Amino acid sequence: MDVFNIVIQTLDSTIRLSVPLLLACLAGLYSERSGIFDIGLEGKMLAGAFASAAAASVFHSAWLGLGMGILISVGLALVHGFASITHRGNQIVSGVAINFIAAGSTIILGQAWFQQGGRTPALAPSERFEAITFPGATALREVPVLGPIYAELISGHSLLVYVAFLAVPFTWWVLFRTRFGLRLRAVGENPAAVDTAGISVEWLRYRAVICTGVLTGIAGAYLAMVQNAGFVKDMTAGKGFIALAALIFAKWKPVNAMFACLLFGFLDALSIRLQGSPLPFIGRVPAQFMQALPYVLTVVLLAGFIGKAIPPKAGGVPYVKER
Amino acid sequence: MSAPYAKLPAWVDYGLIPLINLAVAFIVAGLVVLLVGENPFRAAAILVEGAFGRGQGIAFTLYYATTFIFSGLSVAVAFHCGLFNIGGEGQGYIAGLGIAIACLALDSILPWWALFPIAIAAAALFGALWALIPAWLQAKRGSHIVITTIMFNFIAASVMVYMLVDVIKPPGSMAPQTRLFLEGAQLPRLNWLIEMFGLGRIRSAPFNISFILALAMAWLVWLLIWRTRLGYEMRTYGFSPKAARYAGISETRIIIVAMMISGALAGMMALNPTMGDQHNVALDFVSGAGFVGIAVALMGRSHPVGIILAALLFGMLYQGGAELSFEMPNISRDMIVIIQGLVILFAGALEHMFRPAIQTLFASFSPRSVGMTEGKGA
Repeated sequence: MDVFNIVIQTLDSTIRLSVPLLLACLAGLYSERSGIFDIGLEGKMLAGAFASAAAASVFHSAWLGLGMGILISVGLALVHGFASITHRGNQIVSGVAINFIAAGSTIILGQAWFQQGGRTPALAPSERFEAITFPGATALREVPVLGPIYAELISGHSLLVYVAFLAVPFTWWVLFRTRFGLRLRAVGENPAAVDTAGISVEWLRYRAVICTGVLTGIAGAYLAMVQNAGFVKDMTAGKGFIALAALIFAKWKPVNAMFACLLFGFLDALSIRLQGSPLPFIGRVPAQFMQALPYVLTVVLLAGFIGKAIPPKAGGVPYVKER
Repeated sequence: MSAPYAKLPAWVDYGLIPLINLAVAFIVAGLVVLLVGENPFRAAAILVEGAFGRGQGIAFTLYYATTFIFSGLSVAVAFHCGLFNIGGEGQGYIAGLGIAIACLALDSILPWWALFPIAIAAAALFGALWALIPAWLQAKRGSHIVITTIMFNFIAASVMVYMLVDVIKPPGSMAPQTRLFLEGAQLPRLNWLIEMFGLGRIRSAPFNISFILALAMAWLVWLLIWRTRLGYEMRTYGFSPKAARYAGISETRIIIVAMMISGALAGMMALNPTMGDQHNVALDFVSGAGFVGIAVALMGRSHPVGIILAALLFGMLYQGGAELSFEMPNISRDMIVIIQGLVILFAGALEHMFRPAIQTLFASFSPRSVGMTEGKGA
């Protein structure tokens, strides 16, 4: 029974750790499917985390916090859009710029406004999205096997966790079952064809980066208001890049993205749980190895050794109408 | 890359537009200073005073600039070949391992002038090898170099944490770093060079001989890019991979060579903080210098002279920024990260933002200078 509990707890923290990855990964999906590379997921998530924690603590409202996080994140997404869609700048360069601007300004503004060394004030429970207990979860807890699964894994998460996992089928539906999604995918593969059909390439891509901004904003809010009670400087700690790795790992598909993020979240949860204790058969695995594994796996995938990851064809190329 | 823009006089292209972009970046940075409730003009004055006011400040400015010249050159070499090497941070970090091995093994036997070339070679080799895998994957398997180099930055960080904590750390020590290097692995300071100009006594600035190496590398990069066959091939590939293929240039060879040179330059960046300043290899000693190289290369328009100037500017920001945080507690060193981001945004991603306007302006009083009768922008 003890082993079972450990498994349940590890899976539970897997879910919690994979939520920000999943939201950021889906965010990247919209942008990259429309042909706009986005390595600024990290920065947008960080800015969203800061804005949401700051607003939540000032206005004492989790919802206002979430709104502000989304607003700021969308703002940065629009800067990326302005540079890479309107001015046809280099999308990688623009993404790098956004990461730096977010990393610096969250610390500077946080220190200037709250005077706590770059932190925001700790959020009270009412200023966060608290865990939702499903009906009957406490009653069913004692039921063997299914009880803990229901009580720990399915019930008892914050609203944003359910939002993240519901965003997966929703994204699939948007991309593959709506007109907007069809056009979005088309503009990432062959913008000239979309343009010929009389649809604005620029507006379509702008809508895609706005979707990205909304989702990275929610991801940031999750980090600052659910996983932690407030903003800590550099709290994304590379999650935006792991999400990017997951996106490639998932070959730019929403359901795959969920499994990729769960896998990377699981690796993270496992390395926290193991903390240097030896594994059967393998012996002690250095924590750094587990931390590097998502990146190594992504490189191996990119190398085409386990299936080939083919990005959207027009990705990274600014669309020039005249030619 | 063929820009869909009309031609402008060279001084506008290489002088005016970059300056305008830079000015806009600093104006926005000034707005941020205003937002935290300080006076941006006073901040700028403190910054410049801190960087160039005394000999001590100048020495620190040049010390920081040294690192940025290396990382800027690294990014620029790859840029010329049409590759975006975001992995300078990781390549420099891993190069620290090479330096550690060379210095720990030889610092008791050799004097600094004998060990320095070995350490340069070790740093360059480790940096180049760390760039080799992404380069090979790009050339042979078509994996996007930006993504692989980002991944390699993280892998490098994990490798170095493991090496420093579990392997290299001297027994009994708590800090994750190598032991202090002996005399043989400590680079001579160049502070006397500044004192010669009568700028006051310099107590403890780490300005050292790797600055000379950085200048030499800048000259070599210029030679490579504009005066050799290899450089010509790299620029051809960067300008048009199709044309390069048609001209019989081996795609694989050119990508791998360019990336390894880029990685070697990024690796040399590690010499300055380790052998020049701290006299050990510590956790996280690169601290973002590899990323500063992106801003430096973009600002310097990938030309060695521009890179040296841009590196000096960022050196000034780093040194002046440290002084600034004493005077204005609300503005920490992280202000530089914002400025860095803004410079990358305005000098890089938005470099053409003001071009149409300037073009129209030029066309209005001298149509011939634009090279077209009508300066049609976008």
